[in-house]
Amino acid sequence: MDILTQQLINGLVLGSIYALVALGYTMVYGILELINFAHGEVTMIGAMVALTVIGLLLGMAPELPGLMVVFSGLLVAIPACMALAFAIEKVAYRPLRRAPRLAPLITAIGVSIILQNVAMLVWGRQYVAFPAILPQGQYEVFGAHITDLQLVIVALSLTTMAGLWLLVERTRLGRAMRATAQSKEVAALMGVNVDRVISATFVIGAAIAAIAGVMVSAYYGLAHYHMGFLLGLKAFAAAVLGGIGNIAGAMLGGLLLGIIEALGAGYIGDLTGGFLGSHYQDVFAFFVLILVLVFRPSGLLGERVANRA
Amino acid sequence: MRTALDALRARPRLAFALLAALLVALPFLVGAGLGNSWVRVLDFVLLYILLALGLNIVVGYAGLLDLGFIAFYAIGAYVYALLASPHFGLHLPFWAILPISMALAGLFGVLLGTPTLRLRGDYLAIVTLGFHEIIRIFLNNLNAPYNLTNGPQGINLIDPITIGGHALSRPLELFGVTVPSTYLYYYVFLAFTLLVMAVAIRLQDSRLGRAWAALREDEVAAAAMGINTRNVKLLAFAMGATFAGLAGGLFASFQGFVSPESFSLWESFLVLCMIVLGGMGHIPGVILGAALLTVIPEALRYLGDLQRATLGHVVLDPADLRMLLFGIALVIMMIYRPAGLIPSRQRKRELTARDGVAEQEQASLYDAKA
Amino acid sequence: MKSTLFASSALMLALLVAGCGDKKSADVDVIRIGSVAPLTGPQAHLGKDNENGARLAVEEINAGGLVLNGRKVRLELIGEDDHAEPKTATIVAQKLVDQGVKAVIGHLNSGTTIPASKIYHDAGIPQISPSATAIAYTAQGYKTAYRVMTNDEQQGKVLGEYATGPLGARRIAVIDDRTAYGQGLADEFEKAARAAGAEIVAREFTNDRATDFAAILTNIKGKSPDLVFFGGMDPQGGPMAKQMKRLGVNARLLGGDGLQNANFIKLAGADAEGVIASSPGLPIDSMPGGAAFREDFEAKYGVIQVYAPYAYDAVYVLVSAMIRANSAEPAKVLAELPNTDHNGVTGPIRFDHKGDTLGGAVTLYQVKDGAWQVLETVKR
Repeated sequence: MDILTQQLINGLVLGSIYALVALGYTMVYGILELINFAHGEVTMIGAMVALTVIGLLLGMAPELPGLMVVFSGLLVAIPACMALAFAIEKVAYRPLRRAPRLAPLITAIGVSIILQNVAMLVWGRQYVAFPAILPQGQYEVFGAHITDLQLVIVALSLTTMAGLWLLVERTRLGRAMRATAQSKEVAALMGVNVDRVISATFVIGAAIAAIAGVMVSAYYGLAHYHMGFLLGLKAFAAAVLGGIGNIAGAMLGGLLLGIIEALGAGYIGDLTGGFLGSHYQDVFAFFVLILVLVFRPSGLLGERVANRA
Repeated sequence: MRTALDALRARPRLAFALLAALLVALPFLVGAGLGNSWVRVLDFVLLYILLALGLNIVVGYAGLLDLGFIAFYAIGAYVYALLASPHFGLHLPFWAILPISMALAGLFGVLLGTPTLRLRGDYLAIVTLGFHEIIRIFLNNLNAPYNLTNGPQGINLIDPITIGGHALSRPLELFGVTVPSTYLYYYVFLAFTLLVMAVAIRLQDSRLGRAWAALREDEVAAAAMGINTRNVKLLAFAMGATFAGLAGGLFASFQGFVSPESFSLWESFLVLCMIVLGGMGHIPGVILGAALLTVIPEALRYLGDLQRATLGHVVLDPADLRMLLFGIALVIMMIYRPAGLIPSRQRKRELTARDGVAEQEQASLYDAKA
Repeated sequence: MKSTLFASSALMLALLVAGCGDKKSADVDVIRIGSVAPLTGPQAHLGKDNENGARLAVEEINAGGLVLNGRKVRLELIGEDDHAEPKTATIVAQKLVDQGVKAVIGHLNSGTTIPASKIYHDAGIPQISPSATAIAYTAQGYKTAYRVMTNDEQQGKVLGEYATGPLGARRIAVIDDRTAYGQGLADEFEKAARAAGAEIVAREFTNDRATDFAAILTNIKGKSPDLVFFGGMDPQGGPMAKQMKRLGVNARLLGGDGLQNANFIKLAGADAEGVIASSPGLPIDSMPGGAAFREDFEAKYGVIQVYAPYAYDAVYVLVSAMIRANSAEPAKVLAELPNTDHNGVTGPIRFDHKGDTLGGAVTLYQVKDGAWQVLETVKR
């Protein structure tokens, strides 16, 4: 029983991270129908920038409280990622808005490669360690272990999602975003500045990505120029699972994927008598994705996208 | 220059003879001028042309975005490796194995195609990507409980192709001339590439090719015209996969070693980039794209050698820059020349047309939204 | 017109510079040695480390002045990038052969070393891998394939016996990262541990890109082992040590040479304490010239990752064979390589008939007070 509880906690934390990154994918896809492959790399850049700031601060004033140092890193990483995403959209994606579907997808792959290699040149080939400066409180719930950091990750990702939902549903910008997602042409006719809305979407997604990046590197204690790609891929799968273009769907998809991975890796070996083991962890994530797409292509919570993908 | 080209165009037989002579002499020219390693690069160019031609059927002809194409390449390679290596102690001849490689890869193509028939565009892309990961992970892990693929260790000592009692891994003495192994493989790969190219050209103008074009432009209209879209889609997947299976078998015999590392997701992106860069749906463009993307990374290595020769040490490591330049090239190409370096005539018309109708057509080419 | 002018003047300049280079080397024979490892991609830091190790040895030898057959000789190291990709590895190998290298130090991974070894074998060029550990590499019957690192079987056996013997583990969980290295080592460890009577209570898997091991560690915790063995590298091992502590897995973490490096301690932080890992050969600092090697290397290239000392030793093994042969001709060097008896910074190096290291030792280290401390050296 305590093992199952622990696996659910594991999945929940992992899923919260997927969900945060998935939000960025789902927002961009909802509006542009573009798989922004570079989104995972933006997450990585966020982690790297924050780590650089943290390193500098610790070098100058090692007596500062850890929480404050990490927070300062985050405060620099967020605008850095926002600026980066703004530039990517303007330079790489905007000229291709009317091009055939494949062109921006290829560009996105290109941007992803560029960001990875620039990061390698700037931050080196090494895995960068995240200094252990955060408080390490630990609790036991039903025999399972849970840490402060894990609680913060889950809480932060829920808050971010709620904030984003309010933004989309309750503000002027949000309404403009929804209108643009429905139809760029009609939205433009109604006086929406479509270019600004699309830029805003990228920039907001990047801010969330920066938060996710810092959380990932703090949680696992490392950052690397390669870390964004697989994270991005899984987060995209989570977004599709939940129903792309749908904020609650990204959250649900992320959490589900995290739990599926944790339970899959944890129990599949025992269930199949050792025939399949935890090496098939990624297979199950993708397998579930394929099943959902085949039987419910709009995702779990998606409604309106059934035919447009 | 132009007049020479015109003269050749007027005499197709001469042009054909010149081209044939050039293709036959190519490895000797390249080998003498640039060294044997470039002949090996040439061999890989041919393998990638085979792959790109296969993917071109799925993406270029039928408009189905497939990011997991390398999975079929892997299946072809593993079939060859299992049937001609000490792993199972089987040593079948290549002409018996290659058809099996192709058939099995084609079967997996149908297997992938069936559940994804309803999906289009980006969803199809992500499912094929997932399919690729699934195949790669299985290849990497099927060494227990029964050792089928030897897991991450890969399969070693794969038999070379043997023709007329001569194994292609050994140099051949012919009329006093020593022909190295890489040259021999070049000719075998060239033969298969020409064959596949002929099939691809014939397919394009066939009834099936026109059905694919109709499917690509508008699936609903195609169905209304009486095209069995299900069968036509499955045929596209199967044909593309068959070519990849062939390329995989040749790759296994050429390398003598296969392991899951050779079939990373990156390779799928690479082949996709080749056809996009050269010109989707257009065979000369696809060939150019495959050649460019195979040769450029190798050529970039010389940047480092040049620095060593002129400056004595390496200031900017080309290994660091290679991928970066590659990424930048992709983005620039897409922005300034989205139809590829050699666009098909239809595409060219669409791009140079002045009126908005053509522009709209262009926009809907890979988009089911319309 | 303008561009032609520019191009031709640039060409002239290049020729002039090249001409100067030729003049300088007129009274010295240049011998080219290849060094191949991934210099881009996720393992790039390890690849650069290998190349730097080899480069340091080459620079030392050049500074000392090498004379073969009465002629002054200068070694030139040609570093190539194989992207850790089998296909690229064969192209690079062919390129080195074309450039007339007399020997190759490399490659880094078993997956690239094996396909490349075929090309070096066909060209008759000696190849010494500083880090490939797959048994298959030297089992092909090639007389050109050598390595200065213990293979998976040798190291896995020592680790398995150490876990069950001195560490007294009875219930063992085994994890590997599904790479040729990790899986090979873990399988050999498991074999040796089973043979010594231990029970393998869990066999779990991850991959070389993973950072989250909570699911498999939780599962392992349920089987209450007293030791967890991980076949893999530091980027996974570091977070794994952290997550074991967080999840309350009360077992010792044991690993191979993939964990025994500075980066592991950086990544695992305080949770690295008590972790044990092995490394082939003797402790560097206790070897003659070992401390000097570390000092020189760190002054030039920074912290040693993992395999730099092996690449360094591989160059010396090669050059000592050249000196014995009094020639750099591959055929003559190959005839001398089996007679290698070199005291390197990683320990004494001799070869068996397959090209594997003979005898030698495996040293076990434990993290104490944030640094690797020598625990024990096991003679094989």
